[in-house]
Amino acid sequence: MDFSQFLALHEEISLVAALVLLLVYDLFAPEKGRRHIPLVACLLLLAHTVFCACDFAASTGCPAAAGSRTAFAGMYDASQAALLFKNILNIGVLLVCLQACPFLRREDNGIKAGEFYFLLFSTLLGMYLMLSAGHFLLFFIGMETASIPMASLVAFDKHKTQSAEAGAKFILSSAFASGLSFFGLSLIYGGTGSLYFADIQSGLTATPLLLGGMVLLCSGLFFKISLVPYHLWAADVYEGAPTPVTTYLSVISKGAGVFALCLILTRAFPLFIEAWQTALYVLILLSITVGNLFALRQKNMKRFLAFSSISQAGYIVLGVFAASPAGLTALMYYIFVYILSNVAAFGVVQLVEQHAGRTDMAAYNGLYKTNPKLSVILMFALFSLAGIPPFAGFFSKFFIFAATAESGAYVLLLIALLNTVISLYYYLLVVKAMFILPPAEPADVPAFKSEAAPKFVLVVCTAGILLAGLVSCLYALIDRTVLLG
Amino acid sequence: MNFLSLFVLIPMLTVGLLFCLGKPSHIRLLCAGAGIALLALALTLLGLFIQARNGGATDAMLFRADLCWYAPWNIHYSVGVDGISVLMLLLSAIIVVTGVFASWHIDPMPKEYFLWYFLLSTGVFGFFISIDLFSMFMFYEIALIPMFLLIGIWGSGEKERAAMKLTLMLMGGSALLLLGLLGLYFFHGADSMNLLTLADRGMALDAQRRFFPFVFIGFGVLGALFPFHTWSPDGHASAPTAVSMLHAGVLMKLGGYGCFRVAITLMPEAATELSWIFLLLTGISVVYGAFSACVQTDLKYLNAYSSVSHCGLVLFALLMLNPTAMTGAVMQMLSHGLMTALFFALIGGIYGRTHTRDIRLMGGLMKVMPYLGVCYVIAGLASLGLPGLSGFVAEMTVFVGSFQEADLFHRVLTLVACTSIVITAVYILRVVGKLLYGPLQNPQHALLPDAAWYEKVATATLIAAILVVGLTPHWIADLIHESLAPVTAMLGR
Repeated sequence: MDFSQFLALHEEISLVAALVLLLVYDLFAPEKGRRHIPLVACLLLLAHTVFCACDFAASTGCPAAAGSRTAFAGMYDASQAALLFKNILNIGVLLVCLQACPFLRREDNGIKAGEFYFLLFSTLLGMYLMLSAGHFLLFFIGMETASIPMASLVAFDKHKTQSAEAGAKFILSSAFASGLSFFGLSLIYGGTGSLYFADIQSGLTATPLLLGGMVLLCSGLFFKISLVPYHLWAADVYEGAPTPVTTYLSVISKGAGVFALCLILTRAFPLFIEAWQTALYVLILLSITVGNLFALRQKNMKRFLAFSSISQAGYIVLGVFAASPAGLTALMYYIFVYILSNVAAFGVVQLVEQHAGRTDMAAYNGLYKTNPKLSVILMFALFSLAGIPPFAGFFSKFFIFAATAESGAYVLLLIALLNTVISLYYYLLVVKAMFILPPAEPADVPAFKSEAAPKFVLVVCTAGILLAGLVSCLYALIDRTVLLG
Repeated sequence: MNFLSLFVLIPMLTVGLLFCLGKPSHIRLLCAGAGIALLALALTLLGLFIQARNGGATDAMLFRADLCWYAPWNIHYSVGVDGISVLMLLLSAIIVVTGVFASWHIDPMPKEYFLWYFLLSTGVFGFFISIDLFSMFMFYEIALIPMFLLIGIWGSGEKERAAMKLTLMLMGGSALLLLGLLGLYFFHGADSMNLLTLADRGMALDAQRRFFPFVFIGFGVLGALFPFHTWSPDGHASAPTAVSMLHAGVLMKLGGYGCFRVAITLMPEAATELSWIFLLLTGISVVYGAFSACVQTDLKYLNAYSSVSHCGLVLFALLMLNPTAMTGAVMQMLSHGLMTALFFALIGGIYGRTHTRDIRLMGGLMKVMPYLGVCYVIAGLASLGLPGLSGFVAEMTVFVGSFQEADLFHRVLTLVACTSIVITAVYILRVVGKLLYGPLQNPQHALLPDAAWYEKVATATLIAAILVVGLTPHWIADLIHESLAPVTAMLGR
């Protein structure tokens, strides 16, 4: 075997290196140094992020190196777009890692900080493999690597029974979803005799067996993306999991899931485009509408954001539905903006939870009086999620809608657009609570100063929300990369 | 970038500077300065525009600038003005600056108030200078959202419900609008979002039929098109004074302007074909609004319903699709913008003193506050169309233009709409009589002060503008007429 093939896996190698270094530091660091684990982990990830960004810049810089990078006889097949998407994920994970710092400084969690980051990085590694797979076995290894550590992260808060319950729910439904996927895969293997994306594409015939196989296979991913009706785990898990983990689940996991879905549908099943477009049509309609309607009634911020993220998932999948380069570009851009907005929203929720111990919406009444900056940031984040200009969310929604219109699905577009109005209603409810309603006496959430790390995350996210739309270079970069292949 | 972008940059800079200021007096000074700068800019633009036209510039849009923004979707930041947008910019500037004076002593949180206020104006000005579908839509939405907080925090009465209702209905309209705009883009060949390019291009008739209603209703919601007008009475009644002024005076014009600039200009055949449906709806707006105003007891509700009626007339005249009526529509936009702003400024002043807006609880105020009383009478007379004031020229032109459509349907509708003149006289005179004349209803009102200097500045400016429109309508009509020529040519008139 030619071991030099491993060298094609730049990002994966860099991430594994960071992971191993972290593990070694966790093992051998003196008692005093252990307190700095969050810092070390963030620095390692930062180095990894910078390395990936340089690598990406280098590969787009010289046209000869651009295009797909393959290894292991096509099992590993990373497109330029996947490479860029990994960079987007890196930024998101870095933000989540920084955001998790105060949570890990807590007395009972301090001892487990190393494990936390180790598990987090492992799921990221799993997602990398999913994104750059050219073969379903590698894809599955990636998907499982991304799911199983996730369950332990969800159950990380051992003093909260809800957290353990959420972990159990997550692992059970995750295992069931994987089972479905595997079953679907076995049908496809039976029908086509191969697990390579390219072979499946050429060997595909329109038999019910293969069609059923594709649907089952995708179910596993629908579960990860939490599209309705695969969403039932989401609200409970989001509520029970520690807030940084919830953030991670709602942005990184979901984003990677959608991109992977787009990858396998366009690479392995282009022949079934009508079938999967119909399926996605229904799923998008359901997710957007049901997610919105359930979000209307939520009284807990984390559950509220869970349902909001279900409906956001519906919007993101519109990019897959469009099945065009424009759709893929819009999708990647949407996910990037969604990462910034949702991390900012969860960042504020986490800080309020940390300092006042409350996650219910009533605690946000009159927040502007006690914590004006946090309220403004949360408002920006929610407006961005709702798609209000000049925030980046407006641009991302516009592009994804434009891609949908380009594919000609005007009815779907109309329903999606009307749903943005419903979603605006519940986002405005939170804004109303913060800015218009008077605070309780004494205030539920006292004025507080937050630590440097989460503050930094909020500042970065806010800057991103404000600039990512008005400055068009990011979208242009994604567009160029996607057209490159 | 050219000097037109200053219309967006000045409010944006003001928003930025407001962040750094703390003292209410500094804030007021900055806002007044910004407002006056905008007004000066608008007047300069008017001068330059007329000069350029006299100098022989015949382009549809002057002072154009273009900056590529999102190349994959052909989105540009592109600006340019014709006579109609110059007038609309002037109207907005007048109302923004008078609005600042009308909310001179806003409480609480003056800083936040003016932040949102100027963000709203950024959207308004941006909308009127844009000639690109995307930037137009973006500015349109920027103008909508600050209303929620402006009404929700500084409003009165059932402010939270009103704020939510207004925001959601207008956003619903903009959702329809976005669908229409995307349809326009893709069915025009998907290679330009520039209004002028699209207008030259033409669009297949069945696509026009499909998307015209979306665009027209999308903008029509903001122009108080029946039955989508219900946000307006609640919203205007609950909003603080300057916000009512800006909203009724300028934002509702965004609707009319958008219907003209996008719906009718880009889809002329569909406009001709489908105009009868919308004529019926706007006809209902005109008459229904006027009748509803007759039975109101709250001053602001009364004025809001009267706005529904008058703005209905704008859309009504646009849909007549002939040059005279359309000229009248634009004049009606100007006239209604000025007089409704004046009304709301005065009602704000009266409410600030008497703490009630219920007509039944007030009376004989003319003796107590003669300045405000006289201004109210002037506003009322302008509204019911007294010659010499703006309302007369506008409504006259509208009805003359509408009557030119010789078929039975248009004639009947015109006659029905004409009745609104009489009904307007009924409710205006009733209120003027009840509110200002007769015996003093509440003895405590006898001690109330008359207008302060900042209120006098605001109202005097508006009255001056109303007089200018009323006395010298010809140059305004010329400006409008020139800009209508390309559109009416396409409509085959």
